[in-house]
Amino acid sequence: MGDLFGHRGHLVRVAALFAAGLVAFFILRVLFVPEGFGVYGHFRAGAIEENRVRPVTFAGRAACVECHSDVPEAMKGGRHAAIRCEACHGPLAGHAGDPAEKKAVRPDSKVLCARCHAANVARPAGFPQVEPAEHSAGEACTTCHAAHKPGLGEGGTK
Amino acid sequence: MSTDRREFLARSGKLLLLTGAAQVAFEAVLRGEPEAAPNYKIADHWWAMTIDIEKCIGCGNCVRACKEENDVPREPFYFRTWVERYHVPDGEIERPQVDSPNGGYDGFPEKYRAGDGSKNFFVPKLCNHCAHSPCVQVCPVGATFESPDGVVLVDKTYCLGCRYCVQACPYGCRYIDPRTETVDKCSLCYHRITKGLTTACCETCPTEARVLGDLKNPKDPIHEFLRTHKVQVLKPQMATGSKAYYNGLDGSVR
Repeated sequence: MGDLFGHRGHLVRVAALFAAGLVAFFILRVLFVPEGFGVYGHFRAGAIEENRVRPVTFAGRAACVECHSDVPEAMKGGRHAAIRCEACHGPLAGHAGDPAEKKAVRPDSKVLCARCHAANVARPAGFPQVEPAEHSAGEACTTCHAAHKPGLGEGGTK
Repeated sequence: MSTDRREFLARSGKLLLLTGAAQVAFEAVLRGEPEAAPNYKIADHWWAMTIDIEKCIGCGNCVRACKEENDVPREPFYFRTWVERYHVPDGEIERPQVDSPNGGYDGFPEKYRAGDGSKNFFVPKLCNHCAHSPCVQVCPVGATFESPDGVVLVDKTYCLGCRYCVQACPYGCRYIDPRTETVDKCSLCYHRITKGLTTACCETCPTEARVLGDLKNPKDPIHEFLRTHKVQVLKPQMATGSKAYYNGLDGSVR
C-alpha cells in the first residue's frame, strides 16, 4: 500500500493528462461541429430550414383565382379545365404579389399551342395533335379556338 | 456578448452533464427547429411523386418551370428535371434509342415517322428521392441528406464540390453548379411543398402526368393511384427505395 501512495505522482500526472485531453476534445468539438449537426442524422438540421426559405416563382392556381375567379368558370367543362394557369401563362408570383406593377403577358398562341398539340409520334395516340402548318397556315390558334375552353361545340370554339 | 452567472452555470452544467452531441441536440429541441415552423410538421409528411408515362406529351413545361423556379443555369444545359424520348424499333427493348434535346426545354422536334413499327414515348426524369440514397451514403461531409419528410436535400454551405454524389446517383440526377462549384439537384421544390403548394413541375404539367403525393397523408389521392395502377420505380434492382413511381414504364427505360 505504501508503495502505491509513494508513487501517486504518476497517477496524478496520468489523470491530469486525461482531463486535459477531455477538455481539449470538448473545446475542439464545439469549435468544429456546426450547430444542429446530428439532430436528425449526419447533417446540419439548419440546412432543412435553409432549403425552405427561398421565395416561390410560380404562385399556384389558388393565388390566381383569388382575383381572376371568372376564368375557372369559363374553363369549366372544357378539355383545358384541369390545367393550372401558370402552365400556359408562365411564372406569375411577382404579378400575384404586385398586380399593378408586374403585368402578365399574353402568350403567343402559335408558339404555346404547338408545344402540346404539334403532331409527334411519341405523344400518346389519343392526344389531340395537328400539323400546325397544314392546320392553320400560320394563323393564330386563337382566331378559331377559345384557349380556355377549346374544342368543337358547346361554346368551345369561337 | 455578456453572460450572467445564471446563464453561465446553466451552460456549464449542461456541458458537464451531457455529452457534446447530446448538448447540441438538446439545444435544438429547446429551440424547436424546424418543427416550430408555422403549419408544417416535418414528421407528418413523406413525399413521393407519381409519373404517368401514358399521359406525358413531352411539352417540356416541367423542364422550363423547374429552371425558372429553382434558378437552374439556362446554359450550358444542366437540369434538375428533364424529359427523354424513347424510340424502340420493332419491340427491341434491349436497344432503345434515347434522345433528350436540351433536356426537352425547347420541346421535341419530330424525328421519327409514324407507322414504322416502332414504339415511341416520353419519360420525364427527376431525382427519385430515394429512401436509401446512394448519393447520401457517399457524401463525406454530410452535405446531402434524406430529410425526415423523405426529400433528398443539399446543404450548399457545407458541400465541398467533391462530386462523389454525382457519380453515385444511379439516375444521373445531380450536377455541379458552375457558379458555386457545389452540387445541385431536385429539391422536390421543398420551399413550395412545405408552404402547401405543389412542385413547379407538377403545377405546370398540363396533363397531370406528374403528381406530387404525401404518403403519410391517408387522404392523399396518391394512395388511390398506387392501388389502381401498375407502377414501377427506375432500377428497382439497386434497392434505392425510390419514391418516383412510374405508371406504364416500359422495359426499355434505363
